[in-house]
Amino acid sequence: MLAAVWNDPTFQLVFWAVVKVGIILNGMLGLVSYMIYAERKIAGHMQARTGPNRVGPLGLLQPIADVLKLFFKEEFMPAGASKVIFVIAPMLAVIPALVTFAVIPFGPGPALVGADVNVGLLIFLGMSSLGVYAITLGGWASNNKYALLGGLRSSAQMISYELAMGLSTVGVLLLAGSLSLVDIVHAQQKVWFVVLQPLAFIIFMITALAETNRAPFDLPEAEGELVAGFHTEYSSMKFGLFFLGEFMNVIAISCIAVTLFLGGWNGPGPQSLGLVWFGLKLAVLLFFFIWIRWTYPRLRYDQLMNLGWKILLPISLLNIVVTAIALQITGMPAP
Amino acid sequence: MNEIPLSWTLALSAVIFIIGVVGVLVRRNALIIFMSIELMLNAANLAFVAFGRQMQSLDGQIFVFFVMTVAAAEVAVGLAIIVNLFRLRETVFVDEVNLLKG
Amino acid sequence: MIYLFAAFAATLLVSSLLVILHRHPVTSALFLVLAFCSLAGIYLMLRAEFVGMVQVIVYAGAIMVLFLFVIMYLNLPHDVESGVPTAVRRGLGWVAGAVLLAEAVALAARHSQPGPVTGAYEMTQGNTQAIGQALYTRYLFPFEITSLLLLVAMVGVIVIGKGRATPPSAPGAGEDE
Repeated sequence: MLAAVWNDPTFQLVFWAVVKVGIILNGMLGLVSYMIYAERKIAGHMQARTGPNRVGPLGLLQPIADVLKLFFKEEFMPAGASKVIFVIAPMLAVIPALVTFAVIPFGPGPALVGADVNVGLLIFLGMSSLGVYAITLGGWASNNKYALLGGLRSSAQMISYELAMGLSTVGVLLLAGSLSLVDIVHAQQKVWFVVLQPLAFIIFMITALAETNRAPFDLPEAEGELVAGFHTEYSSMKFGLFFLGEFMNVIAISCIAVTLFLGGWNGPGPQSLGLVWFGLKLAVLLFFFIWIRWTYPRLRYDQLMNLGWKILLPISLLNIVVTAIALQITGMPAP
Repeated sequence: MNEIPLSWTLALSAVIFIIGVVGVLVRRNALIIFMSIELMLNAANLAFVAFGRQMQSLDGQIFVFFVMTVAAAEVAVGLAIIVNLFRLRETVFVDEVNLLKG
Repeated sequence: MIYLFAAFAATLLVSSLLVILHRHPVTSALFLVLAFCSLAGIYLMLRAEFVGMVQVIVYAGAIMVLFLFVIMYLNLPHDVESGVPTAVRRGLGWVAGAVLLAEAVALAARHSQPGPVTGAYEMTQGNTQAIGQALYTRYLFPFEITSLLLLVAMVGVIVIGKGRATPPSAPGAGEDE
């Protein structure tokens, strides 16, 4: 009886999906809390401080203390807020980032991919475009002028940079000839696409910073002018979810960058080292995100729009044309 | 492999289309009317995809692609008109816009 | 499969009804997003992956964000729908809807014989690849016309958004492009 249920293909499908979801969810939660720790530690050292060092050895227990503190904070609902949307917005910040992890190949073999779908890259683009709602709605529902300004800024910013981001991936698609992230990784076994598409990689990383609202593109929460931007009115775990969403988005977009440009799990040594290679590349990109944040000042709003529409967009279009012509001349066939 | 019957998808498409029609007729907020038009377009898209699946042809999906492009262009222009209307008349209610002169 | 379809269809129906019933434009817009996402789910079940994901990217990710942006930009409150003319028009609208529905049911009842049975799709190549191939060969001319359409729309929006000879300090709806 039990064996019959166990051998049922539908049951197997659902069971392994649930297992993968559990692993990814918990792994990412752990990764996020220690990325926050890393960010504070690195920021500290870049500013000649030591960063958190009181809770546990080297301050390693600091993330746990932070989360506990967030849980015990007062839940605050501003007067005149749209209550339902105010509660939904933080959830919307986390969900799209989590969905993206479903299509990322963390290592060779089907066990290390959530789902190898033939529109994997489109799922990533779709989810990153859904990420706008969290910030826009959070800002609007707070019934606070600073929050609203932050929300409006973010919707304009994310729509503008999405275009350049989508177009910068087209070069990779031309080379790989597939939208499936697994196929894209397989296509990079000889040479990583960052070598063939350096321009696209740079554009992708810049737009990734803008899409995740990280400095120097953190205008939606520019604390100098907008108090705290869209999350001015948020407290306790609702604020925590926004925070979590931001870092999850950073990790998700770094995973995509590793997959598209840095060869995914490809690397020297046996295939079983794939997961290690993926982790190393991911760590480098995450460090890059933190490094940029503590190095560059924030852009002005008009500079942001100019950069997005007048520089990144034309360059990424040009990149597509050049890539297509080069492919046609060299006769590298799209598989 | 149990497939979804064509009639179900078509019925769904018809009902969504009717909801869109009712939305256009009963609401006076220009933005909601616009959203109802989007609903009707999507109902048509659903019918396209369902028929395409039935006929084993991709043409339905390609038509959906074109409809989406037209919808995107239409939304951009329409929203610009609504924003302009609001600047001139301070309203988005279609029954309060009853003069041809701006 | 059928249950999943039923769930998506129910979500689609309820949320599109709420789009036209809810009084607040922002809530309506959000329900429309939900409707589009469940429609994308239905597309996926009909083996139209490309269309499904483009539905999410274009409709949910771009068009509805534009809608929300405009609603927030205009700072629209709850709709007030009162007065006799409004009630009359609403009544007429629902009657028209009911007539349409009856018509659809009648038509469906008359031609109820099922069409040819759907077999499995020819999945020799990816759905996206097949669409691309058709788009750039058989449908090349319509495709090019579409780009022209988009260009015209873009120019039109900028012209409309700039408004007439208003002082240049007035913020344009330039975000609409």
